[in-house]
Amino acid sequence: MRSKKTIRISFGIVFLTLGFSFSFVPIKKNKTDKLILNIKHFVGNLPLKMDSVTYKNKLGQNFTITKFKYYISNIVLKQENGNEFKSDNYFLVDEEVENSKQLVLENVPDGTYTSIEFIIGVDSLHNCSGAQSGALDPINGMFWAWNSGYIFLKLEGFSSSSKSPGHLYEYHIGGYKQPNNCIRKVFLDLDKIDITKTTAFFLKADAEELLENPTSIDFEKLSSVTDHRNAPGIADNYKDMFSILKNN
Amino acid sequence: MRVKITYAFFLFLSVFILCNGFINENPFFNISAKDVELKIPKGFPKPYYNFNKNKLNPDIFVLGRKLFYDNLLSKDNSVSCGTCHQRIAAFAHIDHRLSHGIYAKIGARNVPALQNLIWKDTYMWDGGVNNLEVQPINPITNSIEMDESLSNVISKLKRDSSYVFLFKKAYKDTLINSERLLKSLAQFTGLMISANARYDQFMKGTDTFSTAEKNGLKLFRSKCANCHAEPLFSDNSYRNNGLKQDTALKDKGRQAITGNEKDKNTFKVPGLRNVAMTYPYMHDGRYKNLKEAIDHYSDYKKYDLQADLSLQKIGSLTEVQKKEILAFLLTLTDKEFLYDRRFADPGMN
Repeated sequence: MRSKKTIRISFGIVFLTLGFSFSFVPIKKNKTDKLILNIKHFVGNLPLKMDSVTYKNKLGQNFTITKFKYYISNIVLKQENGNEFKSDNYFLVDEEVENSKQLVLENVPDGTYTSIEFIIGVDSLHNCSGAQSGALDPINGMFWAWNSGYIFLKLEGFSSSSKSPGHLYEYHIGGYKQPNNCIRKVFLDLDKIDITKTTAFFLKADAEELLENPTSIDFEKLSSVTDHRNAPGIADNYKDMFSILKNN
Repeated sequence: MRVKITYAFFLFLSVFILCNGFINENPFFNISAKDVELKIPKGFPKPYYNFNKNKLNPDIFVLGRKLFYDNLLSKDNSVSCGTCHQRIAAFAHIDHRLSHGIYAKIGARNVPALQNLIWKDTYMWDGGVNNLEVQPINPITNSIEMDESLSNVISKLKRDSSYVFLFKKAYKDTLINSERLLKSLAQFTGLMISANARYDQFMKGTDTFSTAEKNGLKLFRSKCANCHAEPLFSDNSYRNNGLKQDTALKDKGRQAITGNEKDKNTFKVPGLRNVAMTYPYMHDGRYKNLKEAIDHYSDYKKYDLQADLSLQKIGSLTEVQKKEILAFLLTLTDKEFLYDRRFADPGMN
């Protein structure tokens, strides 16, 4: 009688303990990590050097670069199993601002990522969202006020072939409305990045791509694009300016 | 001793009351929570701009009001929004054909009235601006209007102790940036709602129209309302209203925005509320008074070749018809709006 009771009690204790211990077993949480996307600017195979270095386009025209800045947004990282990580950050990458070339993605779920996609520019919703701050603050000089919308990319410099005052050339590319929509999406395969082991990877952005393929830009004929009407051709050129940099 | 303390106490009290009287703002300029409630007038459609991401608040409104009337927004501190957008003219520029800017420069277009802005899908005569909040960037940065940069405005605001105080009061922290500047202005201009003219009273049945006004309304509805649609008196479309392009200004209108040949010489149909106060008329202010404007529509032989087809409805108007339409247009004057104390210049710059 007594022993039965003891057994019952001890069973009870065992169950209780089990119950408690189960409740303390950590539920396997999805861990996250930080991933840094480093961007390096090039002109063809040469690292971009602002102002001082003179480059040549395919037509043999000389040019320098004095400004190179652009937006990257709507970044999506994809895993092998189809899982996606979407970043809602807007990045303004500027050759002149060193830390702007480091895109920090926070809270990326652990896993092995096999591809990345993003927009060069700003999606149409955020072109119409009124006053914004951070990278999208119009104070950054990347906003057209008279025909509202963001300038997605700026490339400026000098070319002796340019007919503009002071041989300047300026390509300001933007526009989110058809038929002059300049939002361009980039898709890149990644070398299976396991973010528990890798913390960063490198992207190459080749400024020369603006001037080539499919449309060869002749500095003499087109030295200034400052609204969205002439822009789509150049956007088509630069949409493949990014590649994964393997040996950095 | 006790007498002295009592004496000192009363002295302190009277000085306190006296000072308080000076420090307190004139109640005429006080803005309460009730003053910034958004009331959609009966019969008005759903607004395009809804304040969802810019919650209405009296302190933000007061900040927007100060900014609207402050010359600080211009490069040489000479011009404010209120310089060209005058309250007595429903915030148009009374008796000025083309807008006046900094350094006595003259713009290319007639200053539009500011009223019922939240019912507009786009802003400017050419509709180039897509959101009420980003509209002020244009006059601030335009070289012939205020010729200032946004970053300079922000640094001037940061150096000004009254703005440091007002931004903190409005946004509960010390951050001063362009988003807050523009959102405050949007609260001030977005609440400029005109919906209590004699026309509105007549529609509600609380006022009567004379025979001329009634005939004018009838004529207006058959000949003008296709574009100047009630109750906002604009359908927000872009039209070529028959005006031949000014040879000096060479304004292409909407075409400058879209690049589309079919948009050449088209302009956004302006709302007609308070139209008697907003003279001169048209995008380039070429007509001095309403009579000239009505005459234009009646004289189809002088129209531009690409004039909007809906103008054919008007045909030639008799002198009596013109007067009746004019009589009706005068019923659109909304004194409640024109004298609304909330939009007055607090004059504390």
